[in-house]
Amino acid sequence: MSKGEVKNITFRIKRYDPEKGKTWWQEYKVPVRRGMTLVDVYLYIKENLDPSLAVRYSCRMGICGSCGVVINGKPSLACETQILELGTDVVTVEPLPNYPVVRDLVVDFTGFFEKHRMVKPYLIRRDVEEQENPTREYRMLPEEYDYMVQFSYCIKCGLCYAACPVPAIDSKFLGPQALAQAFRYMIDVRDEGLKERVLVVDSEHGCWRCHFADACSAVCPKGIDPAQGIQLLRRMLISMRLSGVKEKKGSPVMPPMPPETKPKPGVKAPPPRTVKPEEAMKRIVKE
Amino acid sequence: MEEFSHDVLVLGTGIAGLRAAVEVKRRFGDKVDVALFSKLHIMRSHSVCAEGGTAAVLYPEEGDSFELHAWDTVKGADFLADQDAVFKFVQLMPKEIYLLEHWGMPWSRRPDGRIAQRPFGGHSYPRATFAADKTGFFEMQTLYDKLQQYDNWERYDEWFITSIIVEDGEFRGITVIDITNGDMYLVRGKAAIIALGGGGRVFGFSTYSLTVTGDAIGLAYRAGLPVEDMEFIQFHPTGLIPSGILISEAARGEGGYLRNKNGERFMKKYAPERMELAPRDVVSRAMMTEIIEGRGFKGPNGLDYLHLDLTHLGEEHINERLPFIRNLAMKFAGVDPVEEPIPVRPVAHYTMGGIRVDLDGRVLDVDDKPIRGLWAAGEAAAVSVHGANRLGTNSTAECLAWGGVTGYQAGQYALNKKDLPPKPAEKAEMEEKRIFDSLLKRESGSITAYEIRRELGATMDKYVYVFREEEGLKKALSKILELKEKFKDISPSDKHRAYNQELVHILETQFLLDVAEIAASGALRRTESRGAHYRWDYPKRDDENWLKHTVAFLGPDGHPQFTYRPVIITAWKPVERKY
Repeated sequence: MSKGEVKNITFRIKRYDPEKGKTWWQEYKVPVRRGMTLVDVYLYIKENLDPSLAVRYSCRMGICGSCGVVINGKPSLACETQILELGTDVVTVEPLPNYPVVRDLVVDFTGFFEKHRMVKPYLIRRDVEEQENPTREYRMLPEEYDYMVQFSYCIKCGLCYAACPVPAIDSKFLGPQALAQAFRYMIDVRDEGLKERVLVVDSEHGCWRCHFADACSAVCPKGIDPAQGIQLLRRMLISMRLSGVKEKKGSPVMPPMPPETKPKPGVKAPPPRTVKPEEAMKRIVKE
Repeated sequence: MEEFSHDVLVLGTGIAGLRAAVEVKRRFGDKVDVALFSKLHIMRSHSVCAEGGTAAVLYPEEGDSFELHAWDTVKGADFLADQDAVFKFVQLMPKEIYLLEHWGMPWSRRPDGRIAQRPFGGHSYPRATFAADKTGFFEMQTLYDKLQQYDNWERYDEWFITSIIVEDGEFRGITVIDITNGDMYLVRGKAAIIALGGGGRVFGFSTYSLTVTGDAIGLAYRAGLPVEDMEFIQFHPTGLIPSGILISEAARGEGGYLRNKNGERFMKKYAPERMELAPRDVVSRAMMTEIIEGRGFKGPNGLDYLHLDLTHLGEEHINERLPFIRNLAMKFAGVDPVEEPIPVRPVAHYTMGGIRVDLDGRVLDVDDKPIRGLWAAGEAAAVSVHGANRLGTNSTAECLAWGGVTGYQAGQYALNKKDLPPKPAEKAEMEEKRIFDSLLKRESGSITAYEIRRELGATMDKYVYVFREEEGLKKALSKILELKEKFKDISPSDKHRAYNQELVHILETQFLLDVAEIAASGALRRTESRGAHYRWDYPKRDDENWLKHTVAFLGPDGHPQFTYRPVIITAWKPVERKY
């Protein structure tokens, strides 16, 4: 834990003022202790040096996806970046590339979210009536769960899209985030939307556009391997072409519990009610 | 000021807000259009931080029942929950679990492919339905992704709501700033759902995201609406030292121990039957007693702590069930829970109180008359399911349950209502003047919003924490009033329109000050100990005088006024609470 030593670090932050159309680098000197992350540094700068620095953050625990920036050249989450672990006396911070800059380190995610939407990121089923009025769960075995869930940790932080070399030459490229999420739903045993998603991903701006630079997987803070997801997606598309299979049947609804099911041992019954029905209080709402 | 309108405005996009929006869309399709407002990107709300699970009765064949879930919740609440609401809640939950499952939620599974559940504090049956230890994150993902299926909804990412306008008992609209360019709008709607979360950042040591600033409570209170039971703030037993990051109760649900500096599992003294899985208020008091009596470890900045020991669980089990906890402990405390115990201490975690609503989540006025066209759901609302102490896994559950209820109700209301309510032109103009003419154009004041927040957090941490007493609460209140006074001449030094975060932080600080004042005043008045509200000077529960909800509303002097309402008791009279 905190050893109390303070190291003075210079933060070189790339700034942009949309009202003047001006870009510049600004330096802030910040006393950094062990344990301080870049989000802590933002808060220090805002409170002590310059409240006008525009930055994004929220959860400060690596799960909301707000705080992606480029730190010393690498797309990273600010909240997960321990400053002293970077090992440099000067830390450069820039907005994520491949997105329009709004102000300072804040970039516009509109296009990124739209691409995610294009891959239909939700379970598609033919039993729509069951889907909206469920009786029980669809079956999913633990191994089926494990295979799918490794691709489902995406926090939509956009680092992969910033690291990818393709958007610079094809701005319509769906990108690693959207393609990996398409794959996540296509391998979900409950899903039946193969056909609909193939139309989106098997395209000029879809998975064939990927150069397999692997930059996305190198920066993903949640350990998803979007590059592998895209490779597997290609393999899936090829084997579908070869086999002529275009559809996939989703897993069934689980049957009721077997009749021999017994109560768990040690579960205590609730105490008997101590208010008779006729004595139960009524809520008074004045319409 | 420019204006536009939608049928239903969803204010806040955590689990409750997203669930509400999905409900409107799946029930009413293109007949009702929905707008979602968030001061963040709409999928980044604090709900993503929920870890442990969501309570629901899924296996009656194995001994669970609605009656048992209801009893656990009522007892957990120290009998301050409204029991009619609790029964409605437990009955709504199983369907919510299956709906999310059918939309793509990766609930963790049993070997046969059914949904798995695990034990949680205060629950008599292991009914915490979970997705590893990222339950809230996956619920947000599932709801956000599901919403992508529909048309005719609009998202307003990074729009900050500055006021909710209610006139003549009817919702009229909101004033809201598009943070990206600084433009302010009047947005009118037939109906609105307030789902803007709790107020936990009034505390310095807090599990909450940095952006949870009591917006719901502040906005409702300033609109003249009553808020309920705000003195009941949950302190989660296991906040990571020094950041306050949440270490899920699932760590204890999976078998983790709490130990003091002598290595003792001290919970045997406080809750011999339930041990580490007693409700959170009980465990937090036990921990603070250990620390105060000198059996804690010395921590940084006065954050003395205890140990959460998972080392006996084994690496494989930790990786399968608690991977995020391991990751958080390693990243933010430099501790690998497989090898050594995690340093933890009670931390501000949840706002049991909220906007006073009826069973359908309709917002009530001071006389308990429903406001037409206005609902509230999730942590922002007090239905009240949680009373004086919420059980773990009942919050994400409540968000789903009343997200669904209010979405349906608001959608139906909007569908039946032909015209928009009258335009609240005067109030909207006043709000524009308040922000752009007075606040933004003022010379910079003697204090910044950041200084106020720091002082406020330190004050609340010290005096309105796990143990409270009259003298401390009075000190807290006088400090809050002093900060409110200083706030009056605050002004942003950043005068830009585009992405002016300082302006947003100032407006949030106003909400925080309101929340703190209401909570501290309510706590000072409540001369008993119940659930999460413990008074050293009044250590017993006092059903004769205090089995009632605190209701606070904005008085003409700018400070809260108080009234009280009965607790709805339909099944169990209060009894002594032992674990």
